Amino acid sequence: MEKITSQKQLEEKIAHCSACLEKKFSGEDGKKHLVVCGGTGCLSSHSGEILEKLEQLIKDKHLEDKCTVNRVGCFGFCSQGPFVKVFPEDRLYRAVKLGDVERIIDEDVIGGKCITDLLYEDPVTHEKVERQDDINFYKKQLRIALHGCSMINPEELDEAFGYGAFQGLIKALSMSRQEVVTEVLNSGIRGRGGAGFPSGRKWQFALDQKSEEKYVVCNGDEGDPGAFMDRSILEGNPIGVIEGMMIAGYAIGASNGYFYVRAEYPIAVNRLRIAIKELEEVGLLGDNILGSGFSFRCHIRLGAGAFVCGEETALLNSIEGKRGMPRPRPPFPAVKGLWGKPTIINNVETLANIPYILREGAKKFASIGTEKSKGTKVFALGGKVNNVGLVEVPMGTTLRELIFDIGGGIPNGKKFKAIQTGGPSGGCLTEKDLDTEIDFDSLIARGSMMGSGGAIVMDEDNCMVDVAKFYMEFICDESCGKCSPCRIGTKRMLEILTKITDGHGEPSDIDDLKELAAATKANSLCALGQTSANPILSTMNNFMDEYKAHVYEHRCPAHVCKNMVTYEIDPNKCKKCSLCARNCPVSAITGDVGKVPFVINKEKCIKCGLCFTNCHFDAVMKK
Amino acid sequence: MALVNIKIEGKAYQVESNLTVLEACRKCGYNIPSLCSFMNGRCSLASCRVCLVEVKGARGLVASCAYPVNEGMEITISSPKAVEARRTSVELILSNHHKDCLQCEKNGRCELLEVSKMVGAREGKYIGTMTPSTKDELAPSIIRDTGKCILCGRCIETCKELQGLGILGFENRGFKTIVSPAQNRSFLNSPCMQCGQCVLVCPTGALMEKSEISKVDEALKAGKYVICQVAPAVRATIAEEFGKKIGTNGTKKMIAALHRLGFYRVFDVNFGADLTIMEEGSELLERIKNKGVLPQITSCSPGWINYMEYYYSDLIPNVSTCKSPHQMQGAITKSYFAKSHDIDPKDIFVVSIMPCVAKKFEKDRPEMEVNGLRDVDAVLTTRELAKLIKRSGINWDKLPEDEEFDQDLLGQYSGAGVIFGVTGGVMEAALRTAYHELTGKEYGPIALEAVRGLAGVREATIDANGIKLKVAIASGMKNAKVLLDQIREGKSDYAFIEIMGCPGGCINGGGQPYVKPMFLPNEDDDILETYREKRASVLYSEDERQVIRQSHNNPDIIKLYKDFLGKPLSEKSEELLHTHYNGSREKYPDIKK
Repeated sequence: MEKITSQKQLEEKIAHCSACLEKKFSGEDGKKHLVVCGGTGCLSSHSGEILEKLEQLIKDKHLEDKCTVNRVGCFGFCSQGPFVKVFPEDRLYRAVKLGDVERIIDEDVIGGKCITDLLYEDPVTHEKVERQDDINFYKKQLRIALHGCSMINPEELDEAFGYGAFQGLIKALSMSRQEVVTEVLNSGIRGRGGAGFPSGRKWQFALDQKSEEKYVVCNGDEGDPGAFMDRSILEGNPIGVIEGMMIAGYAIGASNGYFYVRAEYPIAVNRLRIAIKELEEVGLLGDNILGSGFSFRCHIRLGAGAFVCGEETALLNSIEGKRGMPRPRPPFPAVKGLWGKPTIINNVETLANIPYILREGAKKFASIGTEKSKGTKVFALGGKVNNVGLVEVPMGTTLRELIFDIGGGIPNGKKFKAIQTGGPSGGCLTEKDLDTEIDFDSLIARGSMMGSGGAIVMDEDNCMVDVAKFYMEFICDESCGKCSPCRIGTKRMLEILTKITDGHGEPSDIDDLKELAAATKANSLCALGQTSANPILSTMNNFMDEYKAHVYEHRCPAHVCKNMVTYEIDPNKCKKCSLCARNCPVSAITGDVGKVPFVINKEKCIKCGLCFTNCHFDAVMKK
Repeated sequence: MALVNIKIEGKAYQVESNLTVLEACRKCGYNIPSLCSFMNGRCSLASCRVCLVEVKGARGLVASCAYPVNEGMEITISSPKAVEARRTSVELILSNHHKDCLQCEKNGRCELLEVSKMVGAREGKYIGTMTPSTKDELAPSIIRDTGKCILCGRCIETCKELQGLGILGFENRGFKTIVSPAQNRSFLNSPCMQCGQCVLVCPTGALMEKSEISKVDEALKAGKYVICQVAPAVRATIAEEFGKKIGTNGTKKMIAALHRLGFYRVFDVNFGADLTIMEEGSELLERIKNKGVLPQITSCSPGWINYMEYYYSDLIPNVSTCKSPHQMQGAITKSYFAKSHDIDPKDIFVVSIMPCVAKKFEKDRPEMEVNGLRDVDAVLTTRELAKLIKRSGINWDKLPEDEEFDQDLLGQYSGAGVIFGVTGGVMEAALRTAYHELTGKEYGPIALEAVRGLAGVREATIDANGIKLKVAIASGMKNAKVLLDQIREGKSDYAFIEIMGCPGGCINGGGQPYVKPMFLPNEDDDILETYREKRASVLYSEDERQVIRQSHNNPDIIKLYKDFLGKPLSEKSEELLHTHYNGSREKYPDIKK
């Protein structure tokens, strides 16, 4: 590709590419434009083969004049993938199988008809929805960080140019460093990685440091269980994140940026590599970018999967080739960071917002959201909810909107119990919090936190003590082992939780847990330890009755904790079909087909629950 | 240094602005308990969380060991929040510590125990799974016990910062974390120099010397002629083990104590040191005369020899072939002394009392024997000697001060031998003799101030009748590396280099008494900065007290050459007193083999 050496040249390129892309979307070129999801989730459901088959069929049926096909980034609605979307109709086919591809070509591309059975069906109204924008899951979303995802090919520079890329950088380069920092300050954006620290202030600290060398680091070590927004952003629009990093680099006076991405994200890493290479080839990364005198280079470092490396000082150690363990602060990274130089560390999602702030202006960004939390937030909505996937909503959206409008409510008519936000460092929110407007401060005020945006919905079948144990197991595994309160405190808490869920709880355990939780919070070195007890504290706050049932009555109200559950078959409901006995892995169920109702031998039963889930007549009961 | 105004417990103080909160509090008279910080409370880890205090305006509690003071800072140590936090951190550490306190080798010098007392840790507060106690007892010098390790990281920092090595590190994650050489190997199967500096800083009994007291017991029980020989640096520190101030000369009481422990003879390794000077000095002059490989490097420090074999084996031709003094003396004991006394050398058991743990490794080296006789049979550290004395019910204070080393062929020594125990001492002793060899005159004044001092790297030039001897001295491997790299690059113009494995030399050896301010209430505030100097002064004043100050003037040495060895570097000397080095030691040998 030709080198782009001036702003004028870039602007011309952008204008040309925008026109091309617009024609594709609007159908002005007289063609249908198909896009196929190329996110990790859909690729693992064969969207790669679907794309290949589409291309093959277009070739075989000589439809090149009628149709184009492209791979794009994540649609976000991952439980419904793989997706094939048809422009200009904005028609979204979901759960497409390889066998459906020929129908899409024949019936839609050639026949011009909509294939109803591939459309999304609303879980409440059971109506089929044709257009993506009409699906409830997408209706309340506002895509700033996810800009470009599911629209453009992340491996094609021209598509990015056509979809807004580098307009933010052009703007930034026309301003002074301080003006850029001030713009970011005025936008009110706060770090999307967890703590919610105002990004502009971080930048200001780093700008104020006098140093020959400074660094920008992008934290892509997304580790919260269930969270995958950073991965999707990097997979869907890596150039947007690079642009954000370049603006940050220009603003603080850094000429090198490091992407720290987990090695478990091979697609994201690969697309990032391609993007960096393409940008280097056209001269948008390297020396004297656009003749402005600003030079910037991007480097990639892979994380080996330690959760703690998402903590910024541990991340810096890891980049430096040291063991990923947090450093004491002060000094803060903005003063003494990577290799002892002033460094800003921003999360992927934060950097993805930066081009928008520069392109559209801080004022517009600040008009979105609540008083103290501006812009949008991407949530990874999961658990017991109908619509599972990535959701980007303005700050201030209520939990009710998130779970019931966007998420489509709880499956199987079960009752909502809680939503865990902020991953293992966060806490749970309940019925009483449903109308809370989500922002950084409101979540903290209610005993949880925004974190990186994990949002796991739980229903009446979840045992909250078990939930606390799950998160504590995770933290205990992921503690780096450096500081004693986290290393030993989390282990002791896990031991107590295990004792309780095993049915051996004693009243003193509750006090011990509280004490340990408070101490680990107060004494630990880094945020991992300081927040490690949050799931315990918040489940205790909201569900003390469940803890008490476990400890005083040795009973698990949700029938989850195995040692306190027994399975029985109601002889009146039993149809004597033997399905349960055939599924039992330890032959603990006996009866006579068609004659004698089946009975579970409690001595033999290992409480795997297979009989319970397999019975068609609700004859198996948990007690 | 600029001063800042701070408040501790509401009282105003002025302190230097470069201090941590922990240091500042200590200077103002507040002892905050801490475990991971050492060397006066500067810490880059902040991992134990035992030193937490409240600082007004700071987010949460702060680790005082890593938090810098600043103008107007208000520190509270005694608030219920801070007191409880410190206590909980300690209680959690205790819940994963194998509390065999009564039998623990560290009993009486355990910082964890002391800190537990300070914070008022409650009995059995937290109970749960413990890290299994796996002991690395393979290496002859150092034992590592994961069950007693509290993961403070001091040993890791010491090995990295002081020796530039980094043998120890954290392994695994979370509760499974342990401190160990790479891949949880033994010290023996890692490129560890066995200096034992890690042992000196360990707050608990997780890192200890490998005791050989039982070997000595066995030899005594078997009725052997157990001959003990004491290294110069031991006399400079042994009194510390009996509560005396650092810098107390313990020579006389030590001799008296040794005479009461059942040894057949009590000798001084200073004799061996004098012998080393005769051999090593002659070797140097030979090299100079015959244009041999220069600079010649000393070989007395077994830690340094280990380091050299692992990291600078290309410099083997530079290293003197002399055995270290106690090995020489052991070899002479089992030949010359045995013959004179008509004792079967097989019945002699030589015990060296050393400031060093690497000597335990050295004495086991296959090269250290002549005709199937081990030069030295057991090595005890200064700390082990103290245990031996205490075990025998000897009251240190009541020991007489009028006894001498046994004057029996190997009894006399010079002042030159004494100063072997401090960095620069071997060089000074060698120069006194070399000067005499080159000029026929004694160097005067006797003390060579130019080579003294405790700086990590030093150099000096001595003019001997127009021959200029340029020499250099380094202690601690991080310092030695500078000189070694110069040789490697062909840029070294020294004739002779002295290298000691431990910073400061043997007075700060890995087998010496622990210098832990919490156990030394009568020492000055700055004891960690001054203890080496104080110990060194004991040796320099011993030197001054001697009538004979040069090795070549030691009458027993003269007699030894006349009656037995002939002359330095003679065939007999080569056989008994010289060694060779292993240039192919694998850093990480395949353990499966």
